[in-house]
Amino acid sequence: MAYAEPAVVDHAPPAEVPEVELYHAKTWLTKYVFSQDAKVIAIQYSLTAIAIGLVALVLSWLMRLQLGFPATFSFIEPADYYQYVTMHGMIMVIYLLTALFLGGFGNYLIPLMVGARDMVFPYVNMLSYWIYLLAVLVLAASFFTPGGPSGAGWTLYPPQSILSGTPGQEWGIILMLVSLMLFIIGFTMGGLNYVVTVLQARARGMTLMRLPLTVWGIFVATILALLAFPALFVAVVMSLLDRTVGTSFFMPHIVEMGEQLPYGGGSPILFQHLFWFFGHPEVYIVALPAFGIVSDLISTHARRNIFGYRMMVWAIIAIGGLSFVVWAHHMYVSGMNPYFGFFFATSTLVIAIPTAIKLYNWVLTLWRGNIHFTVPMLFCIAFIVTFLNGGITGLFLGNVSVDVPLSDTMFVVAHFHMVMGVAPIFVIFAAIYHWYPLISGRMFNQALGLFHFWVTFIGAYLIFLPLHYLGFVGVPRRYFEIGETGFVPESAATLNEFITVVALIVGFAQVVFMANLAWSVFRGRVAGRNPWRAVTLEWQTAEVPPGHGNWGPTLPVVYRWAYAYSVPGVEDDFVPQNLPPSQVKAADPSARAAE
Amino acid sequence: MLVAVVLVVIAVGTVVFHVVSPWWWTPIASNWHIIDDATLVTFWITGVAYVAVILFMAYCAVRFRYRKGRRAAYEPENKRLEWWLTGLTSLGVIGLLTPGLIVWNEFVTVPDDAAEFEVVGRQWQWSYRLPGKDGVLGASDPRLITGDNTFGLDPNDPRGQDDVLIEGDDLHLPIGRPLKVLMRSADVIHDFYVPHFRAKMDIIPGMVTYFWFTPTRTGTFDILCAELCGVGHHTMRGMVVVEADTDYQEWLQGQSTFADLMARAAPGDAVKLAADEGRGDAAANGNTRSGSDRPSPINR
Ligand code: HEM
Ligand SMILES: [Cu+2]
Ligand SMILES: [Cu+2]
Repeated sequence: MAYAEPAVVDHAPPAEVPEVELYHAKTWLTKYVFSQDAKVIAIQYSLTAIAIGLVALVLSWLMRLQLGFPATFSFIEPADYYQYVTMHGMIMVIYLLTALFLGGFGNYLIPLMVGARDMVFPYVNMLSYWIYLLAVLVLAASFFTPGGPSGAGWTLYPPQSILSGTPGQEWGIILMLVSLMLFIIGFTMGGLNYVVTVLQARARGMTLMRLPLTVWGIFVATILALLAFPALFVAVVMSLLDRTVGTSFFMPHIVEMGEQLPYGGGSPILFQHLFWFFGHPEVYIVALPAFGIVSDLISTHARRNIFGYRMMVWAIIAIGGLSFVVWAHHMYVSGMNPYFGFFFATSTLVIAIPTAIKLYNWVLTLWRGNIHFTVPMLFCIAFIVTFLNGGITGLFLGNVSVDVPLSDTMFVVAHFHMVMGVAPIFVIFAAIYHWYPLISGRMFNQALGLFHFWVTFIGAYLIFLPLHYLGFVGVPRRYFEIGETGFVPESAATLNEFITVVALIVGFAQVVFMANLAWSVFRGRVAGRNPWRAVTLEWQTAEVPPGHGNWGPTLPVVYRWAYAYSVPGVEDDFVPQNLPPSQVKAADPSARAAE
Repeated sequence: MLVAVVLVVIAVGTVVFHVVSPWWWTPIASNWHIIDDATLVTFWITGVAYVAVILFMAYCAVRFRYRKGRRAAYEPENKRLEWWLTGLTSLGVIGLLTPGLIVWNEFVTVPDDAAEFEVVGRQWQWSYRLPGKDGVLGASDPRLITGDNTFGLDPNDPRGQDDVLIEGDDLHLPIGRPLKVLMRSADVIHDFYVPHFRAKMDIIPGMVTYFWFTPTRTGTFDILCAELCGVGHHTMRGMVVVEADTDYQEWLQGQSTFADLMARAAPGDAVKLAADEGRGDAAANGNTRSGSDRPSPINR
């Protein structure tokens, strides 16, 4: 177990490379707008992601209004509904979650947590944000084009995505594809930064096995993204060519509304393989940073070392690797060779094992801890519940034959909302509350935070749990209305009304959340240094909030792992990673006797 | 405390909801009750895990909540416990996968005596083709689709002349016989889905997809499209009537064949089409041909 002890050596290896002088902004514009400081870029990424995420949230209300009260809102036509579904899904997955976890938290936390002054390529990092912003603007512009945004579903399956039976065929789909290309280019610039910074810019003594799991999660997620996004990129380029210049990469011979189209020879299923070769790792691109952050937050707020750190690291790596060999579990009923089902069901259920281990270890970190039920901790617990729930329904959908009746029904919608909608969003809330005092220097309002938590947690569970059962009944997803059928009972309509009402309430709670953050920036109690008494480096900076260059004149030196909580024989219940062993205060023997 | 109470309510409430909720799968009308069985096994194994983990968290939330002066245990890892949990989880996964794969093997193994029929999807309607007296479906090609020949059947293929074509009407199927559905799409991806049959499969333009099932209950059931296919996706409905063989045969007699329809459309048309060289070739060589070579007992 030697690795995991707070390796008490007063000496740290010498620096291998001399420090590189940072870029120092001289004007207001280069300091706050075209900034090369990862912390500013992080805020820019986060605010942009949240802003476009709000659009997706409003779209979800509109969809819920239609589903809860069909034939009530005359302004929602079928075409509108499909456009809402598409934009809501795409924005949530790519432009909100991916951007916020990697561009937002990645930028803010990586340099601080590994003990670097900034990202290694600050200029490219800045470009990454501006290209992302452009991607968001191009996507948003599609709302204002003739024909509106694409209604092809976030999966953009051809031939439908580029044919005239789908809304947004004129401009929407083109802007969507261009925006995705921009997003990927922008992401790649940021992603290379995150990976190289973790590998090259760690402080003295910060070995890989002393990294906080947050960094591990973001690091492996970024590697996944760098390998997975190219598959989406080529699929997008080919779709764009099919749409604009009439190639037939994904287009077989088609007779649309009785008219023979000049396409032929392409393969629609090829697109699906490319899409899901990206799309499945994408789930983990969102999930792994969430896993990492949750590990660190639970450990800090339960005052206990993360349980099974090494296992946690290996599980992250195993999940990352396996996530590239499970993609076709999204395609069990796609018409691909059915014998693939055997392989992909097996690989999919195998990935459940490292995932379950991570979950056990979070719970076992609570076990024998000293749990403070702070708002971040509450959101972590809510994450465990919803992630467990969504992971379990994933076992239904991954298990090929069980998937057949459930595929493309509301069960799938409920599943992925639990596992990659609600659960990661809870981590985002936890993380924002947790690092808010560091970023803003002030504390958020506790009461409002608790209000936000309870409404959001209970509400989200009430929205998505019953939805699974509509899937069992057989209600398909992406349906403007189910209408008269011989199999959906009347009571389903009542359930839909209920879900819609809860969704609106949960939506309102987010207003409270944002008001809390905005108000506390100016009026919150001054947080002071390290209010959560955390051990990781980001809380040990020279100033709070951390200034340009993070560390003042000298870089930190790391003496121990990131989980030195409640170490026996030490007075405090935490020992910062950079506290020299000679300064660690031994426990007062009389106090120990009382224990 | 509140946290623990809420966690217990969630664990217990979820189970209670599961048991008493009026929303459950629609009464089955096919042989795929084994899919339902595999689903139930999944429910049991995962349900136990779900409740156990949440209740354990509730216990921790009470037992290990913050107390002044208490110190958390410092225990970086516990190999034994970790291996136990890994082992148990692996067992659970094997317990899930085994029934899952056994049923899948069944699902992908079409019985030799399955009768074939065809479902054609286009924006946004269903049509169906049943083999005629000869028991086989004639060749087809999307390039042959015209206003009169909406199925794109090859007029030169004698096997197709007696194919029964159903457009804008209900599909009828005989009860108790394994059926293989061959599916074609003229335009985009659709998905032939009958909740009562459990099975579904995407229909990809440019290829023929399939699945099989045996109707086990007479009645009229909804056909839905389960793959987004444009603005009319939710309107793409149909009905399938499962009935006794005699009723089915009687219904079949009343339907029009391809030859009937072509003759009715324009007597000269079929001949003209056949003379059109390029199209004839396409029908003969097209990689999207459908059609079966084996007599099908659906019309015995
Ligand atoms: C309380 C918040 C939310 C509500 C009420 C909500 C509601 C909905 C609804 C009603 C649909 C359409 C269902 C259908 O007709 O198929 C949908 C689709 C979707 N949502 Fe959400 N959603 C929420 C949050 C999220 C989040 C946080 C994510 C992030 C992953 C997300 C991702 C998606 C995706 C990927 C789709 C599928 C889009 C498609 O079918 O193309 N949603 N959501
Ligand atoms: Cu369809
Ligand atoms: Cu459809």
